[in-house]
Amino acid sequence: MDFDVSDDRRMLADSLGRYLSDHYGIEHRNAVAYDTPFHDAQKWRDLAELGVLYALAPEDRGGFGGAGFDVVTVFEQLGGALCPEPVLPQLLATRLLMAGGVDLEPLLSGATRYAVAIGEIDAPYAVEDIATEATDSGDGWKISGRKSVVYGAHAADRILIAARHAGGIGLFEIAPGNADITVYGMIDGGGAGELFLDKSEAVLLAGDAGAMLQDALDWGALALAAEAVGAMDTANAMLIDYLRTRKQFGRPIGGFQALQHRAVDLGIEIEQARSITILAASRMGTQAQSRSVSMAKNLIGRAARLVAEESIQMQGGIAMTWEYPASHYAKRLVMIDHQLGDTEFHLERVMADLQPAP
Amino acid sequence: MDLTYSPEEQAFEAEVRAFLNAELPAELAAKVRKRRELTKEDMDRWHAILNAKGWLAATWPVEAGGTGWSAVQQHIFEEECCRANAPRIVPFGLKMLGPVLLKFGTKAQQEEYLPRILDGRDWWCQGYSEPGAGSDLASLKTRAVRDGDHYIINGQKTWTTLGQHANRIFCLVRTKTDGKPQEGISFVLVDLDTPGIEMRPIRLIEGGYEVNEVFFTDVRVPVSNLVGEENMGWTIAKYLLLHERTNIAGVGFSIEALEQLKSLATKVRRGGKRLIDTPLFAARLAEVEIDLEAMKLTNLRMLADAQKKGAPGPETSMLKIKGTVIRQAINDLARRALGPAAAPFPSEALDGNAALVPEDHAANAVSYFNNRKISIYGGSNEIQKNILAKGMLG
Repeated sequence: MDFDVSDDRRMLADSLGRYLSDHYGIEHRNAVAYDTPFHDAQKWRDLAELGVLYALAPEDRGGFGGAGFDVVTVFEQLGGALCPEPVLPQLLATRLLMAGGVDLEPLLSGATRYAVAIGEIDAPYAVEDIATEATDSGDGWKISGRKSVVYGAHAADRILIAARHAGGIGLFEIAPGNADITVYGMIDGGGAGELFLDKSEAVLLAGDAGAMLQDALDWGALALAAEAVGAMDTANAMLIDYLRTRKQFGRPIGGFQALQHRAVDLGIEIEQARSITILAASRMGTQAQSRSVSMAKNLIGRAARLVAEESIQMQGGIAMTWEYPASHYAKRLVMIDHQLGDTEFHLERVMADLQPAP
Repeated sequence: MDLTYSPEEQAFEAEVRAFLNAELPAELAAKVRKRRELTKEDMDRWHAILNAKGWLAATWPVEAGGTGWSAVQQHIFEEECCRANAPRIVPFGLKMLGPVLLKFGTKAQQEEYLPRILDGRDWWCQGYSEPGAGSDLASLKTRAVRDGDHYIINGQKTWTTLGQHANRIFCLVRTKTDGKPQEGISFVLVDLDTPGIEMRPIRLIEGGYEVNEVFFTDVRVPVSNLVGEENMGWTIAKYLLLHERTNIAGVGFSIEALEQLKSLATKVRRGGKRLIDTPLFAARLAEVEIDLEAMKLTNLRMLADAQKKGAPGPETSMLKIKGTVIRQAINDLARRALGPAAAPFPSEALDGNAALVPEDHAANAVSYFNNRKISIYGGSNEIQKNILAKGMLG
């Protein structure tokens, strides 16, 4: 048994963490995250040069990572700095394009940015519920429908779309110009968009894409779990510092047992969150992948909300302000539960597989 | 035991309902229902409508221009207003300073200020908390030093809600630095036009502006603006906090918010199913309804008790704790009901045909984050627990 992180991954974590703290501090982050175009093109290129995207794909596909722990390494650092760059859609696209046998180099180099459009208003999380339709009219595929809250749509060069057709659920690619896109900012920073498709021209990448879409969503949920762990660590460090230094009634408020115990509860939940994320990372590519990811996303949803709410409550009014970074961490931690399946959605998936061992 | 209102109270409830039906402007109710920010004009407008009816100062006696209502009547009025999505009454003049002046003010102060609160000429704000004095309010440092017929005030206040609309502020200031901290505090009224005052907005977590910092540099205030005796400000502050706590449970807000949430859960769909028909969400919804049903009665029991004793007691801390927890639980469900669609900032681009969420719900995440404040302000829930623990354990 060995829980040490490999040297390569530690180096990546260190260099990425250093870059983010030197060049993507919270003030710059907030300036970027809450105003169009909701990301920083120069910083995007810098991150790509650091190898953030190459880490998402295995060596035989031109990357230098591609394992669960590589994804966790990258997203933990991004989460720790609340980085709003659209890296998550690149992870989903990497998994989908790998399955489709497409050359990954344009994506991994950062030159071509992808968005991945799966969820819809009435089908926010489950692939099998989507209604957007694709038809082959003889002169190519056309897609009609609406894709909702598409992360990365604000900054995409290409969009991958899941759509229903006569033969099942397929994966398609469109140029952003072929869809009507409404871009908006998110309450927790970053951008997304609504895609309105009306017989939009598309290229078919895979006719039967249900399994590869589920795989991509699993990887995305793993990344969000790791992002939350990174964000919880930073939020918790801020809280601990505040409890140690803020004085009321003549002493640091961290001296009050009522707050000490609650701070300890958060520490316990964060370690549990880290453990379930490690477990899920270790099971990527195995039979247990989906179930483990759902366990992680469920636990993360509960822990992240607890950390967000308790850190606001214990730091008090100051954590309700825009100026104090804890508020932005709290928003991201709560809203992570709204991406790629919330606590209930993933709980149901775990509930569906509860048979005792034979 | 009889859990129903008396015939007189039932008649009063019907009267309030009819009044709201007839007089509450639909566009104001729509703004409140959608959780949109109200302008000063919106709030002034509603105050004027209530004042014309004589219903603006619910907690004041009739001779001062108030309603003279019983605690139960006040409760009925609050609950009906919430149900109808009426703007909440801005509390600083009407629910805080008014009762203080009636109890501790001079006749001259009452005659000068109370009518100006009623007709809207004065908008008061509150100068209590300081950067170093939050939960530990008695440690406040803003100094008022006597200079002939004036005090000279230096220091900083914070979390001053809606101060941007105000022309006056009531403040707790330190007039004595030796002895117990509680014994050196005075309650003074300050005109915000006085030279040396600067108000700076504080942006909140969800992006809105509703609180401010207020800086005082050599601000000269006439000694006649002192309320009560010098150094008895703590007694006044405690009296005011007690009044701040009527309707502290916010039951009316919770009832309205739960109704909205249920309606939302019938409109949101998850793969062909209505959200309200999905067992996990329905279970959470049912749990919070159970808690709220109990809360309604806990609130009424304490109300009946306060009416008997003449004043609310420390058990109102219980109402504040449980009431805020329930409101926040409803806000949490209203946010999560929307799934990914909760995350975009409400914007006009997402109205109409492009609507992302059912009508009235675009600000659900905004409300959730903004309402984290309710368990912090007015004495945090931790401070309320200290009060209760002292009562239970000595």
